[in-house]
Amino acid sequence: MKILVCISNVPDTTTKITFTPDGKAFNTAGVQFVINPYDEYALTRAIELKEALGGTVTVLNVGEADTEPNIRKALAIGADDAIRVNLKPTDAFLVAQQIAHYAKEGAYDLILMGRESIDYNGFQVHGMVGELLGIPTIAPAIKLDVNGTTATVEREIEGGKEVIEAALPLVVTAQQPMSEPRIPNMRGIMTARTKPLKVVEPVGQDAKTSVQHYELPPAKSGVKMIPAENAGDLIKLLRNEAKVL
Amino acid sequence: MSVLVVIECANGEVKKSSLEAASYGSKVAAALGTTATAVAIGDVQADALSGLGAQGVTKVLLDNDSRLHNFVPGAYVKVIAKAAEQENSTVIVLSNSNIGAAIGSRLAVRLGASLATNVVALPQINGSTFTVRRGVFSGKAFSDVELTSDKKIIAVKKNALEVETTAGATATVENFSADLSDADFATAPKETVKQSGDILLTEAEVVVSGGRGLKGPENWHLIENLASALGAATACSKPVADVGWRPHHEHVGQTGITVSPNLYIAVGISGAIQHLAGVNSSKVIVVINKDPEAPFFKAADYGIVGDATEVVPKLIEAAKALDK
Repeated sequence: MKILVCISNVPDTTTKITFTPDGKAFNTAGVQFVINPYDEYALTRAIELKEALGGTVTVLNVGEADTEPNIRKALAIGADDAIRVNLKPTDAFLVAQQIAHYAKEGAYDLILMGRESIDYNGFQVHGMVGELLGIPTIAPAIKLDVNGTTATVEREIEGGKEVIEAALPLVVTAQQPMSEPRIPNMRGIMTARTKPLKVVEPVGQDAKTSVQHYELPPAKSGVKMIPAENAGDLIKLLRNEAKVL
Repeated sequence: MSVLVVIECANGEVKKSSLEAASYGSKVAAALGTTATAVAIGDVQADALSGLGAQGVTKVLLDNDSRLHNFVPGAYVKVIAKAAEQENSTVIVLSNSNIGAAIGSRLAVRLGASLATNVVALPQINGSTFTVRRGVFSGKAFSDVELTSDKKIIAVKKNALEVETTAGATATVENFSADLSDADFATAPKETVKQSGDILLTEAEVVVSGGRGLKGPENWHLIENLASALGAATACSKPVADVGWRPHHEHVGQTGITVSPNLYIAVGISGAIQHLAGVNSSKVIVVINKDPEAPFFKAADYGIVGDATEVVPKLIEAAKALDK
């Protein structure tokens, strides 16, 4: 089985978000970038499937050269090879086009990715890739198993879950509790250095959206403290002052 | 040409998030000098849909093919694409739900449309270009995004906008069919597991959430009883889901569920930046923590310093005393 895992490069979850003074760009100064946590769930599950069933795991990233440390990390965790599409990922459709092109070229059985990136929170790329390839997407998935050419997927729905059986090839997006992310070991880090990382040029420049401006939400005006012994007063305040009950 | 609104239903009723989408779509339609048409799929009767007139919808197309009672992305997209074609719609509005994201992303490719998800405000319309504000960086910021294609799809964030209601107005309901074949249902679910009786976390107006300050699952009844007294949904922090006190689908935060209720009550949650990301678009935040230095107090509107096991019973008592 050939698995393609799409990863994006995002600010670490503890990052304090700031923008350049003109509000046009995210301020990357001093920011640590990581593999998007949702993508990491997809990556770990892909590696588990490979270990159980055989096959290969290829990681794909649409990004500029500064994403390579995290691509190497994915290789250290256990992916076999990697593709970097040399393009700044500014638009979901633009990214989906790249993934669909290289996914088709590699004839993968399973295309995995996280449900969304924690920076732009589009939750769009999965469906776009499925549509471009003419195959189903199952999102967001919390469990994934493969038996021969059939995948069994549990999809989270609002208020429950569904079990879906579908024939490969498929696009599946991951969220918890799909897998427990792994920390690369020393052997993994050593072998990752020599695993193939192919840099390819983008196909098309067909963006459908463009970001004009970023802004932080207004700061909270301050917290009103209620003494613990009068805790019941809180409920009255929520009804009469905040008017939310 | 009309604005097309995609309506999701649950238990025979239109979801609140879809009322928000309908209200949004009607306002966009008014700005464009046209009308709003809704398309509803699934297990719902015409009576429940005619009420969408109150949100400014003039017509509802209903496809009640029983195979559509479960969500099947390919089939749903086919129905909506056909409705968009019939209505000559260049703007499609849906809810930023799991279903909305699955439909919107495929539909955007099929129609060659620009797609914006997680949208929190009405568009600024400048000729054929829309600029919309959407939540980014997991609720820590906003971005203004230009949608440049002729066709636009907008997925509206839950609870971000008020539902406009004009009492007494009704929409006409027409039956609609997209002539689906069995192949469109290839990924139909084999089994659906519902959590019965619970209030949907993502739809809830009030959420009571617990963290490690509860000390153990044996104290979870405090969260449940407070939620039940307030008509709220329950949630938890990531550490609580990770240790298995509560299931992962209740975990709110950056890598869990994002909620934006009117009221979020956090009990025994310190307020790590990852947790705040999932809740900071809530309108009012209450924090109860025994540590006065807990970072969550900085993001809160109301706070109580105290032990959950002592504070929460007082809240339950006061909540029960409220007249409904």
